[in-house]
Amino acid sequence: MASTVIHDASRPKGPEPGAPKGPEPVQGPPAPFADVVADQSSLRRFLDGLPGVDPVALEQRAAGLATRSIKKQSKLTAIDLAISMVDLTTLEGADTPGKVRNLVRKALQPDPEQPDTPRVAAVCIYPDLVPVAAEALAGAERTGTKIKIASVATAFPSGRAATSVKIADVRSAVEAGADEIDMVIDRGAFLAGNYAKVYEEIVAVKQACGAARLKVILETGELATYDNVRKASWLALLAGGDFIKTSTGKVSPAATLPVTHVMLQAVKDWKRLTGQQRAVKPAGGIRTAKDAIRYLVAVREVAGPEWLDPYWFRFGASSVLNDLIMQRRTQQAGHYWGADYVTVD
Amino acid sequence: MTNSVVDWEYAPAPESEAVARVKERYLPYIDGKFIEGGGDDLITVNPGRGEDLATVSTVDDADLDTAIAAARRAYEGPWSKLSGAERGKYLFRIARGIAERARELAVLESLDNGKPIKETRDFDVPTAAQHFFYHAGWADKLGYLGYGPNPKSLGVAGQVIPWNFPLLMAAWKIAPALAAGNTVVIKPAETTPLSILVLAEIIADADLPPGVVNIVPGAGDVGASLVNHPGIDKVAFTGSTAVGKQIQQSLAGTGRKLTLELGGKGANIVFADAALDQAVEGIVNGIFFNAGQVCCAGSRLLVQEPVAEELLLRLKDRAETLRVGDPLDKNTDVGAINSSAQLTKITELTQAGVDEGAEVWRSSCPLPDRGFYVTPTILANASATMRIAREEIFGPVLTVITFRTPDEALAKANNSPYGLSAGVWTEKGSRAMAMAARLQAGVIWDNTFNRFDPAAAFGGYQESGFGREGGPAGLAAYLDTDDEAVLG
Repeated sequence: MASTVIHDASRPKGPEPGAPKGPEPVQGPPAPFADVVADQSSLRRFLDGLPGVDPVALEQRAAGLATRSIKKQSKLTAIDLAISMVDLTTLEGADTPGKVRNLVRKALQPDPEQPDTPRVAAVCIYPDLVPVAAEALAGAERTGTKIKIASVATAFPSGRAATSVKIADVRSAVEAGADEIDMVIDRGAFLAGNYAKVYEEIVAVKQACGAARLKVILETGELATYDNVRKASWLALLAGGDFIKTSTGKVSPAATLPVTHVMLQAVKDWKRLTGQQRAVKPAGGIRTAKDAIRYLVAVREVAGPEWLDPYWFRFGASSVLNDLIMQRRTQQAGHYWGADYVTVD
Repeated sequence: MTNSVVDWEYAPAPESEAVARVKERYLPYIDGKFIEGGGDDLITVNPGRGEDLATVSTVDDADLDTAIAAARRAYEGPWSKLSGAERGKYLFRIARGIAERARELAVLESLDNGKPIKETRDFDVPTAAQHFFYHAGWADKLGYLGYGPNPKSLGVAGQVIPWNFPLLMAAWKIAPALAAGNTVVIKPAETTPLSILVLAEIIADADLPPGVVNIVPGAGDVGASLVNHPGIDKVAFTGSTAVGKQIQQSLAGTGRKLTLELGGKGANIVFADAALDQAVEGIVNGIFFNAGQVCCAGSRLLVQEPVAEELLLRLKDRAETLRVGDPLDKNTDVGAINSSAQLTKITELTQAGVDEGAEVWRSSCPLPDRGFYVTPTILANASATMRIAREEIFGPVLTVITFRTPDEALAKANNSPYGLSAGVWTEKGSRAMAMAARLQAGVIWDNTFNRFDPAAAFGGYQESGFGREGGPAGLAAYLDTDDEAVLG
């Protein structure tokens, strides 16, 4: 398998720069980086040669941006945008068809008393429950925005399985109707410096995804340093990941603002150098509307306003949705609501 | 898939002006009382709007005599007799008073100075309180500074402070003077006298004995009279190099102790291996913090040639996100320039840079119609011969020069009559240390810039002055030691 996914510069080039539509055919990275993935040592030289990340200044910048004061109409706009970016998630061993059906209903109509509340972007579930979600969502795109089915795969959350098993996991999810696949990288291989193994696995998964968009979970809590987050982000972008995603939600710390800053900077740099736009998804630990708005500020000011779209930015979260709904009602009614007025699903 | 990018602009988020409780008229604080001064009134302007803010009564020579006599009485009387622990109590009280009135002080400072509320709220006011807290802790521990078991205070300190950090500089000067057992006569800058007069209320509420702190608003002539007054034992001045030189000349032969904290043309040196995105943050912080009106601003960027292009691209991108405008808006990153005179100076020197051939870039951020504002500006391809590479600009204007080797960076960084601050950006610790050892600057930051702490000494070389403020070294300047210039 390995030899089939190492690319040389003579392979066909990517789609038109910036084209957001449809699946990108599986192939090597675009011209500026075609040689980078030629072999393990080129990949290592490239990733280890990326500029370092200084934690003090990074955290200072993230804390500074978090003090932005978002009021009035801009707050309401941000809340609606954040709701439309939520990947409403349930990833428990105890998930049942009933739980997933409830999740889908919540995704379709987050606030039954306020029908103009936007739908969320996607529901995110385990592969065996994809058919349940697909059935529950059938025909729903006729009544509003289409909700995507995102499924974690590749032996989520640890990723400790043979590549062939991971591929089978992905295929089953896609065949059952998943629009998006959330894979985990092999953190063990990454930390051991075996970047080529991580790269090849992402490429193979991307191939197995077909038309589904691929989210590459870096599990930044296990990568530990910002330097590693930057390297892993670039590795995932080189390998064709449509999204780079922070965390499984099963490891602490999950998403943090500084980590997301590093990833937003990576997609911004990637776009500048290749013309291709890629998406970012922080996941885990985002619980309040205030948190979500801080992330949107970072999206706007670090990556750029062109990422303020559910196609390019998502929140992997569950509880944040209810706080967003509550804050939305607060903005409209001018007073606070109790949690009992928002549905628990 | 849709590509409907949401147009998301931040709504104005202004802090309430009423919080500042601006009074129509402010009075000098002498001998524990607010009194009408004998000098001409001055009107302080809100630079954010370019309109009058308040009237301040100023002192004349007779008031100055009264203030200095009061400080002398307070020194001879209660203050120098108090134990260090008792002095510390007063300082702790002042620190708490600042913290309690933090919001009021932040808004007032923003109105009077023009700096953004984000900075006054998160930096100026809390750091001012920290200086009192820090020095309060030293008051009963002076015997452990290394100047003998019982170092003596000096007497009456005459202090003159600038307009760029009005409250913070007041704290910076008053706290160590009092902790060491001196009394103080202090003159705020002509354009920013308000926050220190609120500090006077806090000091009065703290029941400080009358005359320990006297605040004498006025213009440059009051400052000149103060530093030359025979009743003063120690002079501390922060301000321009030109005035600093005059003070040094006039004090020569008087036997008086003097510390000067003057201008600078700080070099921010970025090596090719630096963490580039964070170096960009440091450069932005170095030159756009307080709109560049910082004596230790990193106004000269020295960047190694292999990354010069890339760094400039990222820097411009980042500078483009800076929000310039209403200082009271919580989302403003760069506020107003303190005065129209300073605005003219910045504009003139920037134009000189353009005329001399520097490549100018300006942020596209719109500026308010009223008030004194300068667009964040970068002058690239500058050379050492240009005025903008040598003269202090004191504004949000960065000069960019490239270098090839560490020695060249050092030679260029040190090639300045100033020597206040420098920054080194490299992921290689040994290189940072080697640079720091040879850079002629009083303050050297490694992979950061414009960070301040009451425990760290601050001060410069050559035309940036002498003497240190902050930390044990700063206390020594208010004690009878031989660590610094005595102009005898």
